Amino acid sequence: MNLLQVRKMMLFTAEQMVASEPTLTALDQVVGDGDHGIGMKRGFSAINQLLQDEKFQPNDIGDLFKQIGTKLMTSMGGASGAIFGTLFRAGGKSLSGVTDFNSPVLAKWLNEGWQAVYQRGNAKPGDKTMVDALAAAVTTANQLTTLPLADALPKIADSAMQGAEKTKQMIAVFGRAKNLGDRTIGHMDPGAVSMAYILKYMNEYLQ
Amino acid sequence: MRKPKKLLNDPNNVRQEVMQGLIYAYNGKLTAIEDYCAVYGNHIITDQVVVVSGGGSGHEPTFAGFIGHGGIDGCALGEVFTSPSPDQIIAVTKAIEKGKGVLFLYGNYSGDGMNFDISAEILAEDNIISKTIRATDDIASAPLAKLSDRRGVAGIMLLYKIAGAAAQIEKYDLDKLYQVVSKANANVRTIGVALDGCALPQSTNFNFELADDEIEIGIGIHGEAGLRRQTMTSSDDVVKQMIDHLCDDLPFVAGDRVCVLINNLGALSNTELMIITRKVGIELKARKIDSHDIVVGHFCTSLEMSGFSITLMKLDDELQHLYDLPCQTLGWRK
Repeated sequence: MNLLQVRKMMLFTAEQMVASEPTLTALDQVVGDGDHGIGMKRGFSAINQLLQDEKFQPNDIGDLFKQIGTKLMTSMGGASGAIFGTLFRAGGKSLSGVTDFNSPVLAKWLNEGWQAVYQRGNAKPGDKTMVDALAAAVTTANQLTTLPLADALPKIADSAMQGAEKTKQMIAVFGRAKNLGDRTIGHMDPGAVSMAYILKYMNEYLQ
Repeated sequence: MRKPKKLLNDPNNVRQEVMQGLIYAYNGKLTAIEDYCAVYGNHIITDQVVVVSGGGSGHEPTFAGFIGHGGIDGCALGEVFTSPSPDQIIAVTKAIEKGKGVLFLYGNYSGDGMNFDISAEILAEDNIISKTIRATDDIASAPLAKLSDRRGVAGIMLLYKIAGAAAQIEKYDLDKLYQVVSKANANVRTIGVALDGCALPQSTNFNFELADDEIEIGIGIHGEAGLRRQTMTSSDDVVKQMIDHLCDDLPFVAGDRVCVLINNLGALSNTELMIITRKVGIELKARKIDSHDIVVGHFCTSLEMSGFSITLMKLDDELQHLYDLPCQTLGWRK
């Protein structure tokens, strides 16, 4: 995929994330304070605007992701803004100069993004956060770097969703959900679902 | 099921309109950085460390309503129950920092921590030095052994008081300021009770619901679950339980001097709050704890949540001196 195609993919993803607000809000009302969906909607509405602005001309795919990250960070606020912003900013920085989006590039973005997210929030797999979806996606992405993107991305997106599903069994140790302790068992972490949705919608555009 | 009922203009424009309300209410004593939804006081003097806070809207007059002489200096306003973003925090800090550094003082929540830490890292690249204190007064949010996991709630107002007096009036440098506010943070404890939940402006549902005859002991200021739910009992009984929890935690013991903050979380009547205040006095007196000062009212709210919190801060001579200095803010004049 070239820069323009990736831009269109991210525009589609942003539109779908905005449309997912009621689902994410409902999840967060169970385990958090109910603001996750509203925050994601705010962030991806801003991405939608950014990507439709003809004056926005990123240099390459790395720059596109980095600027998406900066926009998420500044428009969303909250833990989600810092975390999803970091994923795109740090992941994007590692793709500086990249003009072709393929399986190894996707894997690099997810790997570098995960590392930076860990440094920011200290969440490990199993802590019932977006990292559970991200780490599952990274594992699959690392195994599939030789496949064409259109074959690898559906499997990566599926892994992320399975990672999000697994958060149902986990007890939250971060964010407001941690105060619920055992009461979080049986419910998916909204941040993990958002992470899985981002990859799901990127894949839907690609297919 | 009962639906939330709110008098708003645009649920997506709450923080901007809150900021505009603050500007009017401060009547010339507050400046807005409009594009960043951040505000700072016009009282700031050249040779002080500045104290910057921030947090989600929905707790008015916390956080920005404590800007002023003897209070904090600047504040970034987040969306309702959502931390501000780094660009807001950086904008307000750069607007007021005088070369003496900045103390970031805010409630201990994941989002606030990450966004303030990102800000501190970026400001350090511009040679603005900062230290950070996260208020951790909510005893219901984690056991004493995990003090640093506790949330910040109403007690932050007392930390603002100490920080503002120390930075503006006594001209503490950043290290000394950090030490005294850390000491205050270690000596402040809060517990809350809810009778009913609240709803985000965009939401058609309450964030939690309690049965008609049910209350929740230890509620957080975003509806976080507390220690337990129990059947409604008398005001005196609830207050006694809360004072027991507070006194066991620090602990507060006979002979201690404390300031007392009895805070309305939103929709409780002030009549009930005064009956609560009466019992707080009885309980502290019975424990031979000296009530140095008592503050009662709406200070750290949780939208329209019905409930209240009780905060105690143990004083030593330094904290008492700083506490007794005057402050002129929207939320608290002393």
